[in-house]
Amino acid sequence: MSVPIILATTRRILAQLKHDHRTLGMLIGVPSLLMILLRYVFDEPVLFDRIGPMLLGLFPFLIMFVVTSVATLRERTGGTLERLMSMPTGRLDLLLGYSLAFGLLTLVQVGVVLVIALTWLDLDLSGSLASLVVVAVLDALLGMALGLLASAFARTEFQAVQFMPAFVLPQLLLCGLIIPRERMASWLEAVSDVLPLTYAVDGMREIAANPDVTGRLLLDVAVIAGFVAVALLLGAATLRRRTA
Amino acid sequence: MMSYKPAVSVRDLRVMRGGRAVLHGLTFDVPRGAVVGLLGPSGCGKTTLMRALVGVQIVEGGTVAVLDAEAGSPGVRRRVGYATQNPAVYADLTVAENLAYFASVLRAPRSDVERVIGEVGLGDHRDQIVSTLSGGQLSRANLAVALLGAPELLVLDEPTVGLDPVLRNELWDLFRRLADRGVTLVVSSHVMDEARRTDRLLLMREGRLLADGTPDDLRARTGADDLEDAFLRLIAEHEESAP
Repeated sequence: MSVPIILATTRRILAQLKHDHRTLGMLIGVPSLLMILLRYVFDEPVLFDRIGPMLLGLFPFLIMFVVTSVATLRERTGGTLERLMSMPTGRLDLLLGYSLAFGLLTLVQVGVVLVIALTWLDLDLSGSLASLVVVAVLDALLGMALGLLASAFARTEFQAVQFMPAFVLPQLLLCGLIIPRERMASWLEAVSDVLPLTYAVDGMREIAANPDVTGRLLLDVAVIAGFVAVALLLGAATLRRRTA
Repeated sequence: MMSYKPAVSVRDLRVMRGGRAVLHGLTFDVPRGAVVGLLGPSGCGKTTLMRALVGVQIVEGGTVAVLDAEAGSPGVRRRVGYATQNPAVYADLTVAENLAYFASVLRAPRSDVERVIGEVGLGDHRDQIVSTLSGGQLSRANLAVALLGAPELLVLDEPTVGLDPVLRNELWDLFRRLADRGVTLVVSSHVMDEARRTDRLLLMREGRLLADGTPDDLRARTGADDLEDAFLRLIAEHEESAP
């Protein structure tokens, strides 16, 4: 592992985004726009206070999944991954460089949404801001790690983009956001128990409802972190130095 | 300057791709400080061989040693420069940003960025986004990355493709200057007139080495005046001996 290579990779990814104003604008603007829409679609502060934080966990996850799966697929198909693998780059350097860049991006993304939600939209958050930001960044890293893993199974950007519904929509249906998990058939509840997004949404719900850091929140955080670690390790295994 | 120990030593290299043998037991050495041309028709295995030299190709059997170490082993990764045929640079960054990134990965000095931009003649385009470069500029940007650091071995896959004769000439002059400093170059091409600018030629066809020698040797051996003819005669010879 090399810190200079990690930092150089983070700088490079941020520079790529800096040149791509449209992507950057959408990364920051779309979650805010959706939040505003949500507030006025429900038009009921109590409901918004309950759902809003859950979406704050969902946006970074969704967006980082898509961005990372396409970005790493480009590295694989464009030859830059092979070039980096012929250099002293470690696989971990690349993964941590990506994590740091997207982690920073999530801070900005969540920061903007939060400012809008807490001032203009009057979101009433019971829990602490800090824990909300921690869970949001973890959710983003989860999306990133899964996107990286998914990119190994796509040959084209066309396929990569379609992994979003394939990987993410089933989780979205089962995570408890649409229908409480207790009301699902028991086998569906069992499936949702092993899906990472369940814990991401549950963590946000805890923060929305409780002023203190609850044991359940800590458990959610630990489970998400575990999923991130496993997905990153599996993702690392798909970055091969030698290919056929 | 050619020293005694070869820069590249390949023994019985065999590579399979998609269940098909692509390289059938290649054996050759490349002396240090030589410019070696790797020539052969498209699809003959040049790129696969070059990938094996930099250690990114899964090989079926045989050994590939570069600079006295196993190809692709951690110790040699900084000492080997590699430019693929399809440019492997970030299209959404400027030329200078690309080079700065790869220079950091190689822990090459910052001043290297300006040096290599000068060497490939991209000074007027240093702050241009790569996706807006012309084909020739793009392949020079790709080559510039391989020149970062102080590589002792350069593996360049078709570095002059799509370049006009003036630029091609300038790059071959650069290759010669690098070789004079002791750098070993393995350069693939399918343009036969580039072959005369090499010290050694490896002629490949269908995953086998047809010939390995100096351009003069090959002309003398086949009795052909130009290398294109020599190549064709070697193919005919090969097909007679192994129907």
